[in-house]
Amino acid sequence: MNLLKTYILPRILQWFLVVFIGISATFLIPRLSPVNPVDEMLARMTAFQSMNPEAFASMRESTMALYGLDKTLPEQYIAYWGRLLQGDLGPSFGNFPRPVSDVIAVALPWTIGLLGVATAISWTAGVLLGALAGYYHDRRWAQGLERVVVTVYPVPYLIIAFILILIFAAWLKWFPLVGGSRGDPALTWEYISTLLYFGFLPGLSIVIGATAFRFIMAKSLTTTEIASDYVQYAELAAVPKRKIILFYVARNTMLPQVTDLALSLGAIFEGALITEVLFAYPGIGFVTYNAIYNGDYNVIMGITLLSIVGIATASLLIDLLYPVFDPRVRLR
Amino acid sequence: MGTIIETNDLRAYYITQAYGVERTVKAVDGITLRIQEGEVYGIAGESGCGKSTLLRILLGAYQPPLTVVGGEVKYHLDGDILNAADMSEEQQRDLKWRTISYIPQGSMHVLNPVRRIRDTFHDFISAHRDVTKSESYQLTADYLRDLGLPEKVMASYPHQLSGGMRQRVTIALATILWPKLIFADEPTTALDVVVQRGVIQMLKDVQQKEGSTLVLITHDIGVHANLADRIGILYAGKLVEESDTKTILESPRHPYTRYLIESLPSLDSREERLAIPGRPPALDRPPSGCRFHERCPLAMEVCKTVEPELIQIEPNHFTACHVVEEELGRVAV
Amino acid sequence: MFTTIRDLFKFSPSFRVGSLILLLVVVMLVLSAFSPYEEDKLRRKVKRNQPPSADFIFGTTSQGQDVFWMLTFSVRNTLIISVIAVLIGRGIGVVLGMVSGYFGGTFDRVTQSIVESVIVIPRLPLLILIGAILRGQLTIYSLGILIGLLDWAYPSKRYRAQILSLRERDFTHTAVFSGMSTVKIVIREHLPFIIPFMLADVISGFLFSIGIEVTLSYLGLANLDSPTIGTMIYWGNYYQSIWVGRSWVLIAPIVATVLLVLGFYLMSVGLGEYLDPRKRLVRLTAHLGEEAQDDDPRKEKEDVWAP
Repeated sequence: MNLLKTYILPRILQWFLVVFIGISATFLIPRLSPVNPVDEMLARMTAFQSMNPEAFASMRESTMALYGLDKTLPEQYIAYWGRLLQGDLGPSFGNFPRPVSDVIAVALPWTIGLLGVATAISWTAGVLLGALAGYYHDRRWAQGLERVVVTVYPVPYLIIAFILILIFAAWLKWFPLVGGSRGDPALTWEYISTLLYFGFLPGLSIVIGATAFRFIMAKSLTTTEIASDYVQYAELAAVPKRKIILFYVARNTMLPQVTDLALSLGAIFEGALITEVLFAYPGIGFVTYNAIYNGDYNVIMGITLLSIVGIATASLLIDLLYPVFDPRVRLR
Repeated sequence: MGTIIETNDLRAYYITQAYGVERTVKAVDGITLRIQEGEVYGIAGESGCGKSTLLRILLGAYQPPLTVVGGEVKYHLDGDILNAADMSEEQQRDLKWRTISYIPQGSMHVLNPVRRIRDTFHDFISAHRDVTKSESYQLTADYLRDLGLPEKVMASYPHQLSGGMRQRVTIALATILWPKLIFADEPTTALDVVVQRGVIQMLKDVQQKEGSTLVLITHDIGVHANLADRIGILYAGKLVEESDTKTILESPRHPYTRYLIESLPSLDSREERLAIPGRPPALDRPPSGCRFHERCPLAMEVCKTVEPELIQIEPNHFTACHVVEEELGRVAV
Repeated sequence: MFTTIRDLFKFSPSFRVGSLILLLVVVMLVLSAFSPYEEDKLRRKVKRNQPPSADFIFGTTSQGQDVFWMLTFSVRNTLIISVIAVLIGRGIGVVLGMVSGYFGGTFDRVTQSIVESVIVIPRLPLLILIGAILRGQLTIYSLGILIGLLDWAYPSKRYRAQILSLRERDFTHTAVFSGMSTVKIVIREHLPFIIPFMLADVISGFLFSIGIEVTLSYLGLANLDSPTIGTMIYWGNYYQSIWVGRSWVLIAPIVATVLLVLGFYLMSVGLGEYLDPRKRLVRLTAHLGEEAQDDDPRKEKEDVWAP
């Protein structure tokens, strides 16, 4: 009961606040811009490809209705929420008349799969490697590892992905550059192995950056942790190193890392967007890229909204899971 | 009863080098101790006098910058004499907890905050004995019951226990394998007086049950009075007086010890207590001669230049003071 | 300030390596002023698709640009974008963080929950949305402003935390009791702590803006006619440089990015070590020698003699 009031409820309220701010921002941004997004978009569409007049008229009508640009701002805002709550993101211009929600729904599992696996791997690897390197900080391998991580850490995802492509896809030709899988989706080893094969490089590019980030944080937390009384005491009592590193050091350093994961999901998601573009991985990022290319404004808008709500929800879930890991929150 | 641990002219310094400047802190400087099997030996002294450092060295738990530069620590265990400095890591590990154990300062943080008490016990027990989880749970439950601790402690996390209970659990954790030699560092500091009493009683019980040797470090003379058989007084890295508790409390000889004892409040008199003038000296540049001379009201010229030796003034009573030496000399003459 | 930098250079290898790398970047910046080509007239000046050689040390692009001279402009423009973004982002962040740190109360609670929310919102999709609307009109200056407007939440949270911890320190209490005015306390006692922290934070702002610039330009959302590191990668990719064996077009901007971020980051690592309170103590005691006298330096416990 106490937990609910002091921990869970504030976080749920925070979720509403995030979603409210995020969605309001996506509403305001196009309207604050000096150009009329509808005209801009229609102009670009007609410039790029010839369209059948019927589709064009229907599109203009739907966009005007969608954005309701002739109404007052508050009216538009209410209408906007009304549409969103029904899950109506309008049609995709690039794939007219397919609704945006449909376009996103097809791409979403790819992104969630790639992101989920890469995040799980990088989080675990970062926390454990950071604990090891922090615990054995005077060993040569630990210092070498740290040097590598420090070099990789500040490099943007895009550049990491490019370097991987240059090395593994262009020069060594070990991995394919484009696509997500081969063959028909099925629960067979054949299909899953192609999933792994195609997902390896995109996944690796996310894992490298995210692990480096986690590692640096984990190592500095470990440095504090090994000076703590309980670690020193366990060492004095000759508790085996393996136990100390896992249950005394890493078990404690992982707690702030759980909280931080909730905060950094956005950054990891951004990395995944870029990676997908580069590897033409059929997820949200690639859809975004095509939408930018085609001026498919509705899709961009839909993806922006979805990523805000999605990241906020994932953060909330992680926050809500936190008490499971920390008895001091669970049992106060 | 024989000696269980002895040191000979032990010297341990913190030697640090930072940004090109070397600094040596002489935290333990020429200490000779003989601690008897089965006794409670108290080490008293102000903060910064080197008592925690001495404990680390006795325990063999130190790493640079703390370095032993002279003397040695010898354990007399089961007929063997072991030199603490020559032990392999394996020997150290075998010795810890089964034979030599350590009760840390009465603090909140020696128990892993995210581990249940019984699991911490299992970690510590299984490091030294080949036991299954349920065996060590059983062992722990029995021991806690013997010591009168409630059973629900087992499944608790440290933050759910009170400060006093945490310290009792820590004492139980340190003594679960019935060690022969127990070191305790300020075991009652940070506890309120009522809780202190309970913890002191528990320490007494633990020590008497197995006849273990207890080396007790605290600045609190009251705790020493309650527990210790003999007391050594440490000042600025040196042993300045040593005797049985009664003698130290009733007829201390070293001026510093006298200050210590006189500064204790008593119920009989309400006169103002004397505080020791000045501050303890910096150990990277200790005063010449007797280290206490700057604060000593009886200091003579010789005290400023010549370091006093620890001399026997009565059976079992040692002190290092020129003034006492002179008085004795006068009596002898 | 000067002695700080000298000390850092002397004692921190990361800072030393970082600043040497950035020196390279400064050379590029200076060279951009002596380029034989004009910034907006780089195309079709030299033979296309030449590999690196004595004439064109980094080769030439498919549009007939000299990669080396183009890179000097690119590095400069990317840095201009970052400087603008950092100024705006940190400006908002510092003001907001300090105001909510010092005033506290309801204002602080409200700003904090807004800041917490903004931190969670992913910025790249928002930037893509804005970029898609403003496509073509996004100059390097407006891109810088845009990035800055989206990068203040996390900094403000960190400044606030910094202020809160400063407010709790002993010297603040001492100053308050001795009747020093708030403004004086902030300027005399707190700014010396905030400024080095700010330096490290500014660097992390640079890292973020460089990353975002490269990313947005790569997606084709910036003005593709201004040479920046991102647009160089965009065009290199546009002409499929990797697959037709002209990877030098991409390698130059990629290496430039890595060096740029690494230089900045290593400098901030050096600064961070310098700011670490534990190491700070060691430094101070090394200089003073006699000040700190603790029985055991690793153990900071109260063990007060009780007369």
